[in-house]
Amino acid sequence: MTLGRGENPTRVKTRLPHLLMGVGILYFLVPLLWVVVAATKSQPDLLDSPALWFAEFNLFENIGQLFREDDGAYGKWLVNTALYSGLSAVGATALAAAAGYGLARFRFPGKRLFETALLGMIMVPATALVLPTYLILSEVELVDTMWAVILPSLLSPFGAYLIRVYVDESVPVELIDSARIDRAGELRIFWQIVVPMMRPAIVTVFLFTLVATWNNYFLPLVMLSDADLYPLTVGLTTWFNTAQQEAGTRMLFNLVVTGSLLAIVPLIVAFVLLQRFWRSGAAAGALK
Amino acid sequence: MRSTPITAPEADDPPPLAPVESRARRRSRRVTAHPVAGTLFVLPFFLVVVAFLVVPLGYAFWLSLSSKSLALGTRFSGLDNYVRAFTDPLLLDGLLRVVLFGLVQIPIMLGIALAGALALDAVTTKFAIAFRLIAFMPYAVPAVVGALMWGFLYSRTFGPFADLPTLVGGDPIDFFSVSLLLVSLGNIVTWAWTGYNMIILYSALQGVPREMYEAAVIDGATPVQIALRVKVPAIKQAISLAAIFTVIGTMQFFTEPQIMARFAPQISAGYTPNLYAYNQAFAYSDFHYSAALSFALGFLVFVVAYAFVFVNNRRRGKRA
Repeated sequence: MTLGRGENPTRVKTRLPHLLMGVGILYFLVPLLWVVVAATKSQPDLLDSPALWFAEFNLFENIGQLFREDDGAYGKWLVNTALYSGLSAVGATALAAAAGYGLARFRFPGKRLFETALLGMIMVPATALVLPTYLILSEVELVDTMWAVILPSLLSPFGAYLIRVYVDESVPVELIDSARIDRAGELRIFWQIVVPMMRPAIVTVFLFTLVATWNNYFLPLVMLSDADLYPLTVGLTTWFNTAQQEAGTRMLFNLVVTGSLLAIVPLIVAFVLLQRFWRSGAAAGALK
Repeated sequence: MRSTPITAPEADDPPPLAPVESRARRRSRRVTAHPVAGTLFVLPFFLVVVAFLVVPLGYAFWLSLSSKSLALGTRFSGLDNYVRAFTDPLLLDGLLRVVLFGLVQIPIMLGIALAGALALDAVTTKFAIAFRLIAFMPYAVPAVVGALMWGFLYSRTFGPFADLPTLVGGDPIDFFSVSLLLVSLGNIVTWAWTGYNMIILYSALQGVPREMYEAAVIDGATPVQIALRVKVPAIKQAISLAAIFTVIGTMQFFTEPQIMARFAPQISAGYTPNLYAYNQAFAYSDFHYSAALSFALGFLVFVVAYAFVFVNNRRRGKRA
C-alpha cells in the first residue's frame, strides 16, 4: 500500500517504525498472554508459580469447574451475553441502516432539524442516560428483565450517522431512480439494492454495537438484580467480589481468570475474521 | 465505557459533523419517491431516540427539580439539587480528578496512537500487519475484564511487576497506592483504547493523497519530517475528533475505578462523578440528587463536546 507512495522501503528507513511496533506488540500482548497462561493454572499455582510462565496444565479442569460452579451460572451468563448483544446489535444496526438511508436519500419535513439533533445525540454521554432510563423502566416494570438491557442498547446515533455518510458516498441516486422507474417498491429498493451496497458500513455498525453491548457493564449493573439474568461482565465481578471477601475459603480466582479468557475469545475471533469488512467500513467513515 | 466508532474526516472536506447537503440534495429533486417513504425509514429510529434519549433526559431533569426528605416527603425544590451539586466537595473532587486524569492520559494515549498510525502508514511488512491486529485486540476486551486483568497484574500476589524492584534490592511497587493509583488506572485505559484510536488515525492517513507529500520527497525531506510536517497536519481533523470522543468517554469514567476499588480501597464513592451519581442512587437511594448529577454531568459533557466541534468547524471555515 505505502510502497510506491514515494517512500524508499530500505532497512534504515523502516527501523524506527519497526522498533515502535515491536514495543507496542509487547505492551498490548503481555496482559493477554498473562490471561492465557494464568487460565491454565490451578488456584495454588496461580498464587505461587511465576506469573508469565506455565505451571501444571490445568486449563480443562478450570473450564470444567467454571461451568459447574454456582449450578452452571457461567454458562447462563455466557448465553445471556450472546443473546443481549446479538439482539441489540441486530436491532441497532437495522434501525441505523434504515434511518441513515432515509436521511441520505429522502426529503421530508423536519429532516434538517433531525439531522442537526443527530449530531447532538452523538455527544450525549451514554452513561448519563442509564440512571434516568432505569427510573423510567422501573415505572413500567421492565427493570430486571432482559429488555432493560436490550432496549436502551438499540440507540445508536453514531451508527445512523455513519450509514448516512456511507450511503451518500457510495449509493448513487441514479441507481435508485432507475429502480423506481422500473416500479420497484421502496422497501424492495432498500433491501435488494441499497443494503448490499452498504454492506461494509453495516458490518462496521453491527460489530461496534455488538462489542458495545457485549462489553457493557454499567447498564446491566444498574438494570439487573437477578443473577440468572446477568451478562458475563456483571457475573464475573460478583465472583471476583466473593473471591476477594472469602480469600482462602473459596477457590475462585482461577475461575475468574478462566472466565475472563473465555469471555474475550469470541469477540477477538469475530474481529479477526471480519477484519476485511469492518476495516473498509471504518475507512469509508474515515475518508469522509 | 467508550463505544462509538469515530469517523475521521479529512482536511479538505466540508465540516465533518455538518449535514451533507448540496450535491445529493440538488440531485434528489428529480426523485419521485413516495412522499412518506423517507419518514417511514427514519421513524423506528426516531421512536427509539424519543424513548431512550429524550424521555430519560426529560424525566431526569424533572426529577432533579424536586427533593425527598423524611420530614417533608417529596417536594418541588427548583434548582436546589444543582446548587448542592456544584458546592458538593465530593463531586467537585471527583470532577477535578477526572479532568486532571484526562489532561495527562488523553495526550499520552493519542500521541502513542498517532505514532503507531504513522508507523503503520510507513511500512507494510507482515510485522506491521501483526502489530495492527494485536494493538486492536484490547478494544474487544470488556473494560471489566481489562480492569480485573490489570488488577491481577499489578497485585503482589499474582502479578510479575510489583516485585521487580526487589531483584535489584529495591522496595516492591504498590500500584494501588494513593500516588500511583491514577497512573495505574491511566495505563489500563491507555492499554484498552490506544489501538482503537490508532486504527481510526491510520484509516485517515490512508486517505491522504500521495501528491500531498510527493514534493517534500523530491526536496529530500526525511520520512520523519514528512510524517510530522505533512501527514499529521493533513489528518488534524481526525485527531481532533478522536480527542473529543475520548474526552466524552473520560468524563464518564466508571468501570475501571469501580473494579479497581476491590484492589484499592481508597477509591471512594465519589472517586469519579459518574461513580458518585451511581452511589447516590444505589447506595444512598437519593434518586433526585442522582438524577441531578447525571443530568448535570451529561449536560456538561455535551456542552464541552459541542463547543469543541463548533470552534473546530469555525476555524476550518476561516482557513478555507
